[in-house]
Amino acid sequence: MAKLKHPVGPEDHVQGPPDAPVTLVEYGDYQCPYCGAAYPVLKRVQEALGDRLRFVFRNFPITQMHPEALRAASVAEFAGAHGRYWEVHDYLYEHQTRLGPTLYERAVTSQGLSAEALDAALRVGTFEERIRNDFNDGVRSGVNGTPSFFINGERYDGGADFEEMVEVLRRVAS
Amino acid sequence: MEGILQAGTPAPDFRLNATPDQTLALSELRGRPVILAFYPADWSPVCGDQMALYNEVLPAFHQAGAHLLGISVDSVWCHAAFAQDRNLHFNLLADFEPKGEVARTYGVYDAVHGCSQRALFVLDKDGVIAWSYLSPVAVNPGADGILDALDKLSGA
Repeated sequence: MAKLKHPVGPEDHVQGPPDAPVTLVEYGDYQCPYCGAAYPVLKRVQEALGDRLRFVFRNFPITQMHPEALRAASVAEFAGAHGRYWEVHDYLYEHQTRLGPTLYERAVTSQGLSAEALDAALRVGTFEERIRNDFNDGVRSGVNGTPSFFINGERYDGGADFEEMVEVLRRVAS
Repeated sequence: MEGILQAGTPAPDFRLNATPDQTLALSELRGRPVILAFYPADWSPVCGDQMALYNEVLPAFHQAGAHLLGISVDSVWCHAAFAQDRNLHFNLLADFEPKGEVARTYGVYDAVHGCSQRALFVLDKDGVIAWSYLSPVAVNPGADGILDALDKLSGA
């Protein structure tokens, strides 16, 4: 059973209390349709578990197959650097079929962030090293595609459907 | 069938087509680690994900000085179309005629389904198998085992 090699730390994007009994880590790609399908499921899962769940998202862009994946991840990281990570993360998944410059600009300006600053960050690749680090850590933990999940550090190989995930998470939480 | 070749075994040499008009011999790659990724078929969902992953992990393989080869019984033209569709940046070798001969030599041929099993080999720079792994056919084995084996080769 594959284990999460890189523990959740201060540099991670986290939702939920730090002392939650269950931590769910997702390795995801903004352009991956399976991640897009998992997105609303995860929202429901978070709602169902409430304060018992800490959710972490890490980047795993398959850039050679998904040409927008790296830029979209950079947009989310840019927003994260300005304290708006989850708002933009959600926006990107909710508009996954329209990833591109227009959508990125709207994603950040709707949060009061500067489109010019985003352009500059994308041009010089400010966030690409962090994204690559996420990816490389994921590979070392046995991430083999997206989305991949770890529950309290253990690889979760079940389905990304609501009933199954909630059942497993509740069992781990109890 | 004697099973998958194990660590410590010299990797049997072979020469296969890498493109419709080019062949590649394993012995030409002496001097650097080689990763052999045997897989059942182009286009099938798990293989596609596995090759897409390796494509993405290529920089890490190259950093370790390693050369990656994908091998299946598909023909050169099938490989060419698959590689183009998936934007793959490494060679796919056609173990096509005699069908699956190289896979048989490495002990990873599935004679029932007429294709290679899903198996990984890391060879050292002298062409000796340093690590081998036979994956359940429906499971994408990821790249962590390969990277760990390459680390050991480099003494990391």
